[in-house]
Amino acid sequence: MKKLVVIGNGMAAVRLLEEVTRLAPDLYQITVVGEEPFAGYNRVMLSPLLGGGTDESAITTHPHQWYRDRGIRLITGSPVVAIRRHRRQVVTAAGHKLDYDRLVLATGAAPRKLPVEGVELQGVMSFRDLYDVRKLLSLSAARVVVVGGGFLGLEAADALVKQGHDVTLVHSRGHLLNQQLDEVAGHRLQADLEQRGVKFVMQARTASLQGDSDGAVSSVMLGDGQLLPADYVVQAVGIVPRTELADQAGLSVNQGVRVDDTLQTFDPAIYAIGECVEHRNRTFGLVAPLYEQAAVCASHLAELGHRRYLFADSATRLKISGIDLVSFGDFEGDGETLQLALPGSYRRLQVVENRIVGMVLYGDVTDAAYYESLWRERTDITSLRQVLLMGEAFCKAAAKRGDGEEEIAA
Amino acid sequence: MSSICTTCPYCGVGCGIRTDGNTLQGDEIHPANGGRLCVKGSSVLETLGDQDRLLYPEIEGLRASWNHALDEVANRFRRIVDEHGPDAVAFYVSGQLLTEDYYVANKLMKGYIGSANIDTNSRLCMSSAVVAHKRAFGEDVVPGCYEDLEIADLVILTGSNTAWAHPIVYQRIAAAKQARPEMKVVVIDPRRTATCDLADLHIAVRPGQDVPLFNGLLTWLDDHNALDGEYIAAHTNGFDAALSTAREQGNDWDALASQLGVSKVDLTTFYHWFATCDKTVTVFSQGVNQARNGSDQGNAIINAHLATGRVGKPGASPFSITGQPNAMGGREVGGLANQLAVHLDIDNQEHHAAVADFWQTENLARENGLTAVDLFNAVESGQVKAVWIMATNPVDSLPEADRVRHALMACDTVVVSDCVASGDTLACADIRLPALGWGEKSGMVTNSERCVSRQRPFVPAPGEAKADWWIITEVARRMGYADAFGYQHEHEIFAEYSALTALAGRFGKRLDLTAAAEMSADQYESWEPQQWPLQADPRCFGDGQFATPDGRARFVACKNPVVHKMGDAYPVILNSGRIRDQWHTMTRTGRAGRLFAHLSEPFTALHPKDIERYRLTDGGFVRLTSKVGDALVRVKSDAGQRPGTAFMPMHWTDQFSRRARVDALVPARLDPHSGQPAFKHTPVNVSDWQPRWHGWLFTAATPPAVEYWARVPVDAFLQAGQVQRYRLAGDADLTEQQLHEWMPEAAQWLALNDPSTGHFRRAALDADGKLIAWLAIGESLPLCDVEWLASCFADEQDVQPLSILAGQPADAGPDLGPVICSCHQVRQKTIEAAVEEGADTVEAIGQCCKAGTNCGSCIPELKGLLATSAV
Repeated sequence: MKKLVVIGNGMAAVRLLEEVTRLAPDLYQITVVGEEPFAGYNRVMLSPLLGGGTDESAITTHPHQWYRDRGIRLITGSPVVAIRRHRRQVVTAAGHKLDYDRLVLATGAAPRKLPVEGVELQGVMSFRDLYDVRKLLSLSAARVVVVGGGFLGLEAADALVKQGHDVTLVHSRGHLLNQQLDEVAGHRLQADLEQRGVKFVMQARTASLQGDSDGAVSSVMLGDGQLLPADYVVQAVGIVPRTELADQAGLSVNQGVRVDDTLQTFDPAIYAIGECVEHRNRTFGLVAPLYEQAAVCASHLAELGHRRYLFADSATRLKISGIDLVSFGDFEGDGETLQLALPGSYRRLQVVENRIVGMVLYGDVTDAAYYESLWRERTDITSLRQVLLMGEAFCKAAAKRGDGEEEIAA
Repeated sequence: MSSICTTCPYCGVGCGIRTDGNTLQGDEIHPANGGRLCVKGSSVLETLGDQDRLLYPEIEGLRASWNHALDEVANRFRRIVDEHGPDAVAFYVSGQLLTEDYYVANKLMKGYIGSANIDTNSRLCMSSAVVAHKRAFGEDVVPGCYEDLEIADLVILTGSNTAWAHPIVYQRIAAAKQARPEMKVVVIDPRRTATCDLADLHIAVRPGQDVPLFNGLLTWLDDHNALDGEYIAAHTNGFDAALSTAREQGNDWDALASQLGVSKVDLTTFYHWFATCDKTVTVFSQGVNQARNGSDQGNAIINAHLATGRVGKPGASPFSITGQPNAMGGREVGGLANQLAVHLDIDNQEHHAAVADFWQTENLARENGLTAVDLFNAVESGQVKAVWIMATNPVDSLPEADRVRHALMACDTVVVSDCVASGDTLACADIRLPALGWGEKSGMVTNSERCVSRQRPFVPAPGEAKADWWIITEVARRMGYADAFGYQHEHEIFAEYSALTALAGRFGKRLDLTAAAEMSADQYESWEPQQWPLQADPRCFGDGQFATPDGRARFVACKNPVVHKMGDAYPVILNSGRIRDQWHTMTRTGRAGRLFAHLSEPFTALHPKDIERYRLTDGGFVRLTSKVGDALVRVKSDAGQRPGTAFMPMHWTDQFSRRARVDALVPARLDPHSGQPAFKHTPVNVSDWQPRWHGWLFTAATPPAVEYWARVPVDAFLQAGQVQRYRLAGDADLTEQQLHEWMPEAAQWLALNDPSTGHFRRAALDADGKLIAWLAIGESLPLCDVEWLASCFADEQDVQPLSILAGQPADAGPDLGPVICSCHQVRQKTIEAAVEEGADTVEAIGQCCKAGTNCGSCIPELKGLLATSAV
């Protein structure tokens, strides 16, 4: 049997294992090296875990038995320290030497650190893995400043408020989730989270973190000199692909480990998937493209390789503390803007030449798939335009009914 | 509550109604309708209620006590009479008034103030028939009765869309024709109206050609030895002059047919039928009266009946049919400026002396007063300085209506008594007096066949509203005439009036109510419908004896009208009239949303060729201009219109649409004998108007100032009042700010913006999520189900916000088309489905889906659908 080594045991890696063992159950003897001492868990569920909505056992998707059932050797708690490409071997911190015929890098990403003075102070944390969650859950009631109004920052802030902390979120832009939402939706999200107790400081740059005499963080200084008292600071300012091993091994690395459309690195024996890769100048942070990469990569590893990973812009679906939102496409670009605002729900469609090019749904997202299909199929929406924002049921009814001639008797 | 019998507040048919206040039905024993009711009558309970009622007296917009308001009216009238003479004041009253109200108004103005400046809105509809009757018979008497329509062999309906304007009379004719299919019906009307559905022959005569048509008939009868020479010799005068005038147009039937714009076959068929049917009734109405020669048109018709001896005989009579519930009562008591009282004349010394003696007054007016149009001209010129308008809306109903408005705005004192709080005339009033409305007031009315019936109250007066007779009496007392106006109850007034009719008898008139003069209050309360002359034959003049000094009827030589060449500037002849489910200026029917289901917006109907010719769009908008005014309404294609003519309903006021008052277009050209305006013949120009945006607005607030709006009441109420549905259209760019201003304050909003297509929607909700206003604007009319939306205002049910904004439920059923049957709310597609399933008669449709089974006024449309489906 050939040997397959997978570095990383995150969501991309686990999906890859599922696929390979399904497609070619007898082709490889598989070893997985995970840095964290856990079996496979759903990182997406860390926020609910932090918010108290679930527990660790419930978010474990792949217990040790799962690996055993498939004859997969899982090494945890002992990170890979080197890849010896000429020997086709990887070495772990504990001294394991693992030969491979094929190697997959699924090393993921690390939380970006604030590029300011004071990030090393005690009480400055990230929100990335189960360790971080455990730490955050252990805090006694305190003043917490979350830096970053992206998905993770908002989830952390909301969860921490639920834990009873006094939470202030600092965001550098005018509205929250500025990658996924337009201004209206961003403001709605802010208002909804404010209702739950999160305080916000918007359009604020974090200048530095100040500490006390014990070396613990005591406040966050903003660009305008304002001081936000803080017993803890959570950094949520994005992620950085983890490329150290690939770098050391002499693979081509830019922002991430560079791969082709088959997820192969410059070394034909080595593949890379997930948040650590750079594909066609793009890096990744959401789960949907990771799964697609895992599936394509697995098909090649299974020697059924005919699929290519071609990034397809897909809809971003998020649930921020129970609030649904979906967006896709160029929703703030050129063209015509259609908006619908209801209490608790908002829709924006961007239209160019009678075709949907972008969308933001906030609150009620039941029609997201319908709009996504109109977008993908480049459907001409001229005849649906009056009821387009009302969603699928109304569009279907209108299509069935047609535009009745209006009569004076109406 | 036990049920009471009363009469319908609408047209001159005067149907009996039985109601307990919650439900209502036709009164089976009332001679006018025998239990039938039309859609308007059936829905009259829906028009009750305190909303938009005038509840308290107001002086210059401020609430006043009755005492103060009555003093103010009396003092102002007193002062003006003392300073400028009695002719400086005037009353303008209405066929909505009860006989008792009418009587005291007439008695006060003519008998005590001493001016005959009291005229009535009956001037606008019936005064030419009054002249025709008086000239021919010596008295304003309708000789026949409704039963004649059922026993006639030939019924001619001329200038009357009976099916829509007098539905129960139409149904009686229809039922008779069904029972006796050999009975013939001829409709004479430039329009092919719903009434033509019943017709064996439709004479689509050119507008204004009734005199040549009936002069031709007289000649034809002479040529064909169809005259009743004995009758003419024994009972009439003036026949030779009338015939020779008629003969001036010759007897070339080809030429006459061509002049009238009809086929010779149709023309001679009509003449032949008239010649050969002894039992002929000719019904004539506003299409005859509302013309510059309306009196002559009436007499030309009567001439043909006199020449054949067909007056006041069973199944044989000319039959003028009135428009208002008590136009006839008003004519009896003297509500017109050129009548004294009880069919007597002001300028007749003997009549004058007799009435002055009866009333014990020295002030009795000696000269005819100002008739409606002249009266408001006198207001304009300042000759009349105070006018009291009761229960009518001259700012909408008089010709050159914009001028009337300006005249009233400039007038020293305008008093308006009305039952509604807002109206175009009320807006001009200095003093407003709250009057009782139907269901609250008590008194007598006389219908088109001289049948006197009670209107009885069954709901309490709203606010401080009072009976019109009480208001007038109180003012009379305060002006110093307490002795003559000591009435405590309407019964006393009716008794006095009945006694006064003895004078009519003394001077050879037929009007006779003397049998009621001594009746008790109890007898008055239990009065059952009776025709006058009381205790006599239901028909008049059947014995050939007329109310002229010599007892003979008079032929009137009717000259053909001068034909005016159509100018290029105003190439279309505009006709006006009623539609099926509305009445007058909608002060009552406009309160029932159901009555807008048939026709919800003001419109102008034109022949398809004219729509093409003037580059209009069916369903689009048309701007009409005449010499005196303009209007902006929807366009309705109607192949039943004569090319070159247009029709526009008379009902819409500034309360219901931005600019749809047809009478603003009508020049004040009058019949020289009757003073009745020529509403049926207005030269206009028509031009296309294409709005840049269309919209719907539901709100309890006033409409926005946009180029076009038309209102329909929604049967739902908010704290702010009744919800109204507005259809909007406009030219000017809209800003989001404007849209915001059109909507009320709200706790929650639903909003849709598609600025590139100009499509905007707004729904305003209160804190509980209840819908309080709704707006949609678009380059084309925004899609929505207006009736479903209306139900969202009424119901407490939870509705999805998306559905509210869409204006329709997501699972909306198929569009069933417009409501055809208003009574049962049956829509066109439901009826078409019934037809497809084999319902091939109106009765079968009724069994299938109930359409047409209540009032029957949609039966012509059902027949139309049957005919279309058969193709």
